[in-house]
Parts: sequence; C-alpha cells; structure tokens
Amino acid sequence: MTTTTGPGLAGVPLSLTPLNRKDFVSDQEVRWCPGCGDYAVLATFQGLMPQLGIRRENTVIVSGIGCSSRFPYYVDTYGMHSIHGRAPAIATGIAMTRPDLAVWVVTGDGDALSIGGNHLVHALRRNVNITIMLFNNRIYGLTKGQYSPTSEQGKVTKSTPVGSVDRPFNPVSLALGAEATFVARTVDSHRAHLTEVLSAAITHRGAALVEIYQNCPIFNDGAFDSLKGADGGLIPLRHGEPVIFGPDNARCVVRGPDGSLRVAYVEDVDPAEVLVHDAHADDPGLAFALSRLTDTADLVTAPIGIFRDVERPTYDDLARDQLTVQTDPGERITSLQKLIAGGDTWTV
Amino acid sequence: MTEVTTVDHVVIRFAGDSGDGMQLTGDRFTHDTAVAGNDFSTLPNFPAEIRAPAGTVAGVSSFQLHFADFDIRTPGDRPDVLVAMNPAALKANLGDLPRGGLIIADTADFTPRNLAKVGYAADPLTDGSLSDYQVHALDLSGQASAAVAALGLGRKEAARTKNMYALGLLDWLYGRPTENTIAFLETKFATAPQIRDANIAALKAGYAFGETTEVFTNRYKVAPAPVPSGTYRQISGNRALAYGLMAGAAKAGLQLFLGAYPITPASDVLHHLAAAKAAGVLTFQAEDEIAAVGAALGASFAGQLGVTTTSGPGLALKMETIGLAVMLELPLVICDIQRAGPATGMPTKTEQADLTQALFGRHGEAPLPVIAPQSPGDCFTAAYEAVKLAVDYRTPVILLSDGYLANGAEPWAVPDLASLPPIDPAFATEPNRPDGEFWPYLRDDKLARAWAVPGTPGLEHRIGGIEKADGTGAVSYDPANHEFMVQLRQRKVEGIASVVPDVVVDDPSGQARILVLGWGSTYGPISAAARRVRGSGRNVATAHVRHLNPLPANLGEVLRSYQRVLVPEMNLGQLAMVLRAKYLVDVQPYSRVRGLPISLSELAADLNELIDLTEEES
Repeated sequence: MTTTTGPGLAGVPLSLTPLNRKDFVSDQEVRWCPGCGDYAVLATFQGLMPQLGIRRENTVIVSGIGCSSRFPYYVDTYGMHSIHGRAPAIATGIAMTRPDLAVWVVTGDGDALSIGGNHLVHALRRNVNITIMLFNNRIYGLTKGQYSPTSEQGKVTKSTPVGSVDRPFNPVSLALGAEATFVARTVDSHRAHLTEVLSAAITHRGAALVEIYQNCPIFNDGAFDSLKGADGGLIPLRHGEPVIFGPDNARCVVRGPDGSLRVAYVEDVDPAEVLVHDAHADDPGLAFALSRLTDTADLVTAPIGIFRDVERPTYDDLARDQLTVQTDPGERITSLQKLIAGGDTWTV
Repeated sequence: MTEVTTVDHVVIRFAGDSGDGMQLTGDRFTHDTAVAGNDFSTLPNFPAEIRAPAGTVAGVSSFQLHFADFDIRTPGDRPDVLVAMNPAALKANLGDLPRGGLIIADTADFTPRNLAKVGYAADPLTDGSLSDYQVHALDLSGQASAAVAALGLGRKEAARTKNMYALGLLDWLYGRPTENTIAFLETKFATAPQIRDANIAALKAGYAFGETTEVFTNRYKVAPAPVPSGTYRQISGNRALAYGLMAGAAKAGLQLFLGAYPITPASDVLHHLAAAKAAGVLTFQAEDEIAAVGAALGASFAGQLGVTTTSGPGLALKMETIGLAVMLELPLVICDIQRAGPATGMPTKTEQADLTQALFGRHGEAPLPVIAPQSPGDCFTAAYEAVKLAVDYRTPVILLSDGYLANGAEPWAVPDLASLPPIDPAFATEPNRPDGEFWPYLRDDKLARAWAVPGTPGLEHRIGGIEKADGTGAVSYDPANHEFMVQLRQRKVEGIASVVPDVVVDDPSGQARILVLGWGSTYGPISAAARRVRGSGRNVATAHVRHLNPLPANLGEVLRSYQRVLVPEMNLGQLAMVLRAKYLVDVQPYSRVRGLPISLSELAADLNELIDLTEEES
C-alpha cells in the first residue's frame, strides 16, 4: 500500500488514478443561503481533496449540527451528519479503529464551542489524528440568529434584545490552552490561504483545529468587515518570518520587555524588535500571545495562518500500539477460548 | 470430639469494616467452595464510600455466599452464619440472622469505644442479649497476630491478616480445601514475600485452630451438587458480560471497541476489557458518557463493533446518540448495569428501574431491541446475543444487567466458542442498484439495511440524523416518507420476534392457576420461591422473559391462560405496565425497591397467600 508523504495521512492509501474536483461533488443540491461563506469553503475543499492524492473512499467527514454541518452531504466521500456538538467524539471512534482513513470534522462556533465544548477540548488534548474545520460566523444561523459563544459582548439578537452580557471565546486561545498540536486560522474568502492551511492541517499527524472566519449574510452580515479597514486588520503568520502586515507591510508585531506582544508601525521600531514567528516552538506560550492579538470585541486585528504546528504522538497511534491484533480468525477464537476459561477452573 | 453434620445448603455472611478485606475473604471462600463442587451464588454488599469512618454502620461491607448440594438460584435471604469483625458489622447484620444462627465475632474490635460508636451500651457478646444465637466470641485479630508474630510485621499489618485467619477457620468448619487460596496468595503477594507468608500463615492457623481446639462441637458437610459435566469456573456478571462482548466481536470478525466513562457498578466491564489488549480490544475512557457512546458509534460507522457500558444516569446522557444510532441503523451495543435511582440514588445497590428508560427513553419513535440476562453467567450469553442482534439487524441494542448480577458470582460452564451461532456482518462491497448506484437504505428480508464501510470504493455515501428517504437514504422532509420510515423502523425491530424464542412456562403439575413472570435478575428469587411453594404441595407456574423488546410471540397467549399473573420486579411495576398495555391482561405488579434482590422467603410467603386467595375465588 502506498501512502502520501504527509504524516497525518500516513496509512491512508493513495488513489491509483488522478482525481479531480468533480469527484468530490455529491449529487445533493447545496442549500445554504445565497452569499453564505460556506460555499467558498466547500469549493476550496473540493479543490484541495484531489491534490492530496488519497483515495476518495478513504475520506470521512463527520459533522455536528448547524448550517456548516450540512457540509458532508455535499462531498462525495463517506460522511456522517451527526448530532449537536458530538462530532469530535464520533470522529475519535473512527480515527481509533481505522488508521487508513483521513478523518475531517466540520463544526461551527455553537456546535464546537457551546454544546460540544467538552468533546472539542478533549479531542485536542488527546491529540487524536483528526482535522477540525471550525466555521466561525459568530452567530447561530440554523436556529435563526441567536448570539453564539463567539459573538461580541453586547450583541443584540432575538435572544439578547438588549445585548449579550457574556464574554466570547477566542477559539484559537482555547485550542492552544488545550495544548492542541496544530492550531490555525483562515478566512472563507481567501481561497489560496484556506487551501494552504487546510492542506497543512490534514497532513499534520494529530488533532488539527482550523478556525475559519465565515460570513453569515443573513444573521450576522459583515461579521468580519472590521478587519478590512484601511490599515488592514489581518496579520498573516508564517513560520520563520517576521510578523508584518497591512498595506505596504507598514505594521508589525513586536515583543515587549515583559514578553507581551503589541502591534506597532515598522517605521517606529528597531527591525530587530519585530517578532519572528515560530510555529514549531514546543511551548505554546508565544502562539498563545499571538492569539491574544485577536480583539474579540471590535475585531480590528486578527492573526491568520498557522499559530502552532508541533509533533507529538497521537492518542490513536499510542492506543493501537498497546494492542496485539490477531488477524487469523481461528487463532483469535482459540486464544479467546483460553482467556475466558481463566486460571481457576474445575472439571465435573 | 467434633461431630460432622451433613446439611444440604448453608448461607454465610462475612461482615466487617470497609477496610477489613471482607470482599476478598468472601471471594476466596467462594473459590474454595467451587473447588469442593457445590453450587453457589454470591451477594457482595458494600457502601459507596471507599472508606467510610472506621467502625461505623455506614462503613460496613459484607459478602454473602449461599452454597449447596443442589442447583441454587439465589444468594439466600438470611444467613445461617454471620462472621462479624466488629460491633458495627454485628449491629448492621444481626437483624437478618434467624434465631439459633451461628455468630463468629472478633472480640478484638469490641472495645468500649467501638461499642459506643454504634450505640451499644454494653458488650452484646457478654451481656446475654445474644442468648438466642450460638455465639463464638474469639480474638481473631489477636490469634492471627500471634500466628504471624515470627514474621516481623508491624502491629497493624499483623492484625490485618485476621480476615485470612477467619477464612481458614470457616474453611475448616465447612471442610473446604485451602490449596487454591494458598496458591492465590502466593501469586497476589509474589512481590511482597512478608505479606504473602503472613497471610498464608494466618489462613493455616485459622484452619488449625478449628481442627485442634474443641471450640466448635459441630463441623458441617455440604456434598457436591450434581451438575452437567464440563469445565467450570467462578464468574461474576460483569466479567461474563465482557467475555460475551469479546466472543461476539471475535465471531463477527470485528474489532471490539468500548467507549466508556467510569460509573458504578459498570466500571468493572471497562476494567476487564481494558485488560484484554492482547486480544485486540480497544477501550476508550471518554471525557463523558456522551463521548463514550459517540466514539462507539463512530467505531461502528467505521466497520467495527462499537459498545458502550454504563449505568442508569449514564444511559440517560447517551440517549440522544442512541436515537441517532436508531436513525443511522448501525450496530451498537449499550450495556446498562442498573443501580438504584433516580439521580445518584444508591450507586452500589441493585434495581431494575431502567426498563422504561431503555424501552421508551428516546425522543421520537425510536424502537430498539432490549435484552436482559438472568444470572451472572448468563451475562455472557445475553451479551453475545446482543452483539448478534445488533450486527444482524443494524440496530442499537440495550442490554439491561443490574448491580446484583454484575457483582454476584456463580459457577459457569465455560462455553465452547466454536459452537456459538455465527455472526456475519455481511458488509456491502458492490453497488446494489441495477444502474450501478449504491443505496445505503436498501434492505434485506430482515429489513436490515446495507452496511458499507469507509474504504469501500464506489459505495461512498452520507448518513445522518435527518430523516431518510426510503432506499436512497437521502435527506427527506416528505410527510408520507417520514410516516413510512417511522413504521419501517418499528417493523424491523418487531420482526426480531421471529428469532426470539417462545417464553417457556415451568408448571410441573400443570395445575397452577398463578403464573409468576420475571425478567432479569429476579429469575433467581422467583424460581427459588416457586420451588419452596411447590415443596409445600402447592402449584405455581413460572416463566421468564429474556427479550423485553420485542417480546416473545407467545407471551400474550401464556398470560391469558392463567387466572392470575404476578410480575415481581425491583421497580414500581414497569414490565407489568408494558404487559397490561400490550396484552390487556390484568397483570399484578409485585414491587420491591430496597436496593437488594427480592427476598425469596418473602416472595414464597406472599405466593402462598395469593394461592389461597385464588383458590377461594374459584
């Protein structure tokens, strides 16, 4: 059996014939609202899959509940549209029992961070070999517009008519707090960036969390417009490169004497002060500090790209390594017969 | 000279503080009894607190063993012998001991302080209040300590061998061989030679004390019970359950995947399966009950055997996922080791009050098969059958064990795995439509759908919780299709009745007017009570329902053929309610919810009354 080079897909058989985008388009009519950011992610995903070179039938997509969780229906691989919040748990059972599958989880901000928060942090903590696409539109769409755990404080919705009072999660900070081995953020409309990040995520061996900023034109239109200011709000992160961003790369991230990070104008600082991104640092501290540059309220700046990408043995590999699997059915029965008799028998 | 009296059965209860090793003592006496060839049944009874305050009634742990020269069905209601290691153990258990019963008490712990702790104003061993019993007040701790003095243990450690000393004494009293327990101690304490030698010395000293002193004027002999030939072992319900699941997976050629979250009294199944790594069993201790069943369902989707084990509170948490499994029509085995509820209830005590939860606890019309084992060893057979039904019919199956079956033990004829019925997952490997398409919801004659697992080329498909179009499995909100699918899923589960054996009535005289119908662990008390009633020349019929859904095809006819039907259950009449609703028969519930198995003597007495009443009526 041949395999791809990415360790995340080691064990997943390669396709014997080249595949193309159409091979990953199912016969189901896509039913998201016009203008929904999910369309762009779906198209990008369907464009990425053939490039991975793995067999179509060895791909599984598991989703929870919400608009984005309809995703598996539209991709012609194996898939399960499950129940609210539980996709990471279901994917864990799949990844543990089938190392020959590429396992994707599709989830949203309500699904992953509210009802399914426990499963998300534990899948990340364990480092199960799954890739999680978290579509963050900062709103409940399918239930028609209630505030979500990533909505900014003060959000006025039908369930919070005078403004929400609870602080939002920063999904990247949360994932890093769970010591996830791969944490990234990208944007629905940046096709090249999305492709690059998803490709890195699936070839990473271990739990990968990719937060995707995704616009909901119906209930939270323009949720990320604040990042499109004249000064440029998105801060691209590239391993080994200085963190500079904005029009003409005029701005940068610098580390202060106390280790904290701040945004500055390049012209105002010594070039040696500009932070050089290290996604492979074993300590998640720097990645966490970068994640805090995301202002979850007004959202004027947000780093995108791979915050953290480190190697650590996966839960499923370690669990399988403890086992002896008997492949011969006869031998399996014979040894089980001996096991159930135990050591303390008597014969009548 | 000690006389030997032959008796046909004996019930012994070992009782002491939680830290006194009573469970181990009882377990070893059971092993020694098994080797002697008796039939036996056990009832461990322990507090939920790991170490309740020492010397208190709340901290008393006990182990009851019933052994006999005939086929017995229960661990017995009332002990003939009470071994009490402290005043609390005496206080907590004396009420169950019939007048004339034998008390062996360790005087070492009957100190004024310990007596006061449980409210004894004077020492009952000496104040004459136990004059109706045969009391043997012995300094077991002191004698054990003396026996191990040469081994150089600390004072406390030396006294801790008192349980083995008591075991040795009981082994002598009932003529049990001690070799197996000695071998057990040699293995258990192989790395601690001093402790090993002390325990063995105490065991031998206890035996020798009985043999050489004339404290006991009587020894008892219980002859071996006649049983079919075969190789036997002692087995608890939870272990048998784990083995049944393993056997089912092995025969199906699937990997066994257990997703579980620790919960009393189900955790031992997780422990047994986690220890089976050499047999390829994959266990996943999940972050919660929901993740445990979710991962199991994922494993089933991936083409393996997904299993989850839990108790009532956990079953409640898993229900949404079980509903998804009903919709996905994938094999999944859910084992509920029932305990006294609701809420935390009494975690270490038994109950059967999750039946309606298992049958009806999901939202929507979500039918699934429910099966219940009747004895500890039968947990193997029931688990195997649950696996077979799940795989054959592509359905979640709930197995209802309980705390009494889980922790109780009995002799078990080790089954020949080769002779068990085959289990064939019959995976779809080819398109199933003339046009070369694959429809995941096309069905066989059992109405089981096609099961194609990821990795199978050309059969890629999506399934989910949204209603399925018949055949294609595509998302459908069509009203007529939904009604059709609701009925189809119901028909599929009802169709399992074709492989459910008819209920068998035990009515030796053929003259009985009363039928006593049980399910699950009430099998033991019901059949034992019926035997007692019949022994007094009266007639009663019994029957046992193993499949709670679908019910056996002949059940309605059986119920209607008796003047009265009594259904003893450790709940408020859940099966009785189902039977009344389904068959319109005036079934009479008999409810006991005390956290203990139904008392056979109480049931026998009540049956006698009911027989009198029925005779007067006719």
